[in-house]
Amino acid sequence: MSEWEPKIVAFLCNWCSYGAADLAGVSRLQYPANIRIIRVPCSGRVNPKFILAAFRSGADGVWVSGCHPGDCHYIEGNLYARRKFALLNSQLEYTGIVEPGRLHFSWISSAEATKFAEVARGVIDAVKAAGPARHFIKKQAEVA
Amino acid sequence: MREYTERIREAAKRLLSEQRVDTVIGFRRGTVPFMNEPFLVKSVDQVDQLYWDSNCGINLANYLPKRTDRVAVVAKGCDSRNIVVHLLENQIKRDQLYILGAPCRGMVDKRRMMADLKGKEPLHAEENGKEIKVSGRGFQVTFDRQTYLQSNCAICTHRNPVVYDELLGDPVEEQQGVDRYPDVRRIEAMSVDERWRYFQELIAPCIRCYACRNACPLCYCPTCFVDESRPQWVGKTIDPTDTLTFHFLRAYHVAGRCTDCGSCERACPVGIEVRKFTKKLEKEVKELYGYEAGVTPDQRPPLDTFKPGDPEPFIK
Repeated sequence: MSEWEPKIVAFLCNWCSYGAADLAGVSRLQYPANIRIIRVPCSGRVNPKFILAAFRSGADGVWVSGCHPGDCHYIEGNLYARRKFALLNSQLEYTGIVEPGRLHFSWISSAEATKFAEVARGVIDAVKAAGPARHFIKKQAEVA
Repeated sequence: MREYTERIREAAKRLLSEQRVDTVIGFRRGTVPFMNEPFLVKSVDQVDQLYWDSNCGINLANYLPKRTDRVAVVAKGCDSRNIVVHLLENQIKRDQLYILGAPCRGMVDKRRMMADLKGKEPLHAEENGKEIKVSGRGFQVTFDRQTYLQSNCAICTHRNPVVYDELLGDPVEEQQGVDRYPDVRRIEAMSVDERWRYFQELIAPCIRCYACRNACPLCYCPTCFVDESRPQWVGKTIDPTDTLTFHFLRAYHVAGRCTDCGSCERACPVGIEVRKFTKKLEKEVKELYGYEAGVTPDQRPPLDTFKPGDPEPFIK
């Protein structure tokens, strides 16, 4: 069997990080293919339920990326998101649902293709180091 | 605390007969010891059923959201903080409310007393200041009130109401030098696998009855996240993952709003210490944003606002 590759769900803001991913592609920057991108209108749109749902469905890592503080397309969405994620992040580690290295947050503008590729590699390495998700996966009923 | 009973009845009679309010929310004696029930008084002839002792742990602020009548409500320190949260979140208007503030010395934990009775059935309980005398068929026991305080009351630092129109007694002395988070630090010190196991064991008995949610004054969403079905983010089964999702999100929902009134824990029929989830968030909110829920009536809740320089060490 081939070496294990992690599955990482990435919630990217349409106005910045998603554009950065696009620019990284256009610029032929290389990073491994472990991330599955979900485009969201703003990092403030990312509900904690989404992140839990990703882990519950078997994601090995989750990455949320939005605009730099002050650059939000909706003026302040990422600033609310920052407080939300700070509490979410600490509570997820506190309850042991998420081990360190599985959940990542970043601010990447649409011009920062290099940063996007770098952070993507960093996220993938960290999730690889954390290993396959063990804790918070819902077992599906076996169908006879 | 028994002396409040007369003051509550007197105030209720006055407010109802002068038509200052339409409803008075208080407690009446339950049918078994240690179990007082919330009671909504609408006419003067029901006033004498109002009652107060150390078993009034339920948070009466739970009965306020979206009321349209004028209400008087008996409020302990924690209840009054939840009223402040309701006012901030526009769940009720201040001019509808007449708050009867009850400086509180803590409520007692029925579960621990019952455990120490070892199966003997209490038929009668009487309390005086420091002691609770419990008697039943062929036995009589005296409990020290202070040792049997509810765990959240033992670490309470807001015993006196923060908003009120009238106080039912003299303000009590606030507890000084209380360490509110020894249990949080103990869990923080564990390894991630230990924490995972700890919380798995903690919620193992959960039957998803949602009593913790229903007892909570903060849970007033028209459709609760656990009842949503399209899309269904939270599974409805008692699969450990679904149960943990529920407890996690319930605690997260009350982040920065929870006043640690202990209603959730008191309501749990299987005795899960659900405050273990909320207290970490309370500590984080205090450390990161310097906010204590329901203490300042003119400050927005922490997740409803932001500052340009909020800490973000976890963001790349």
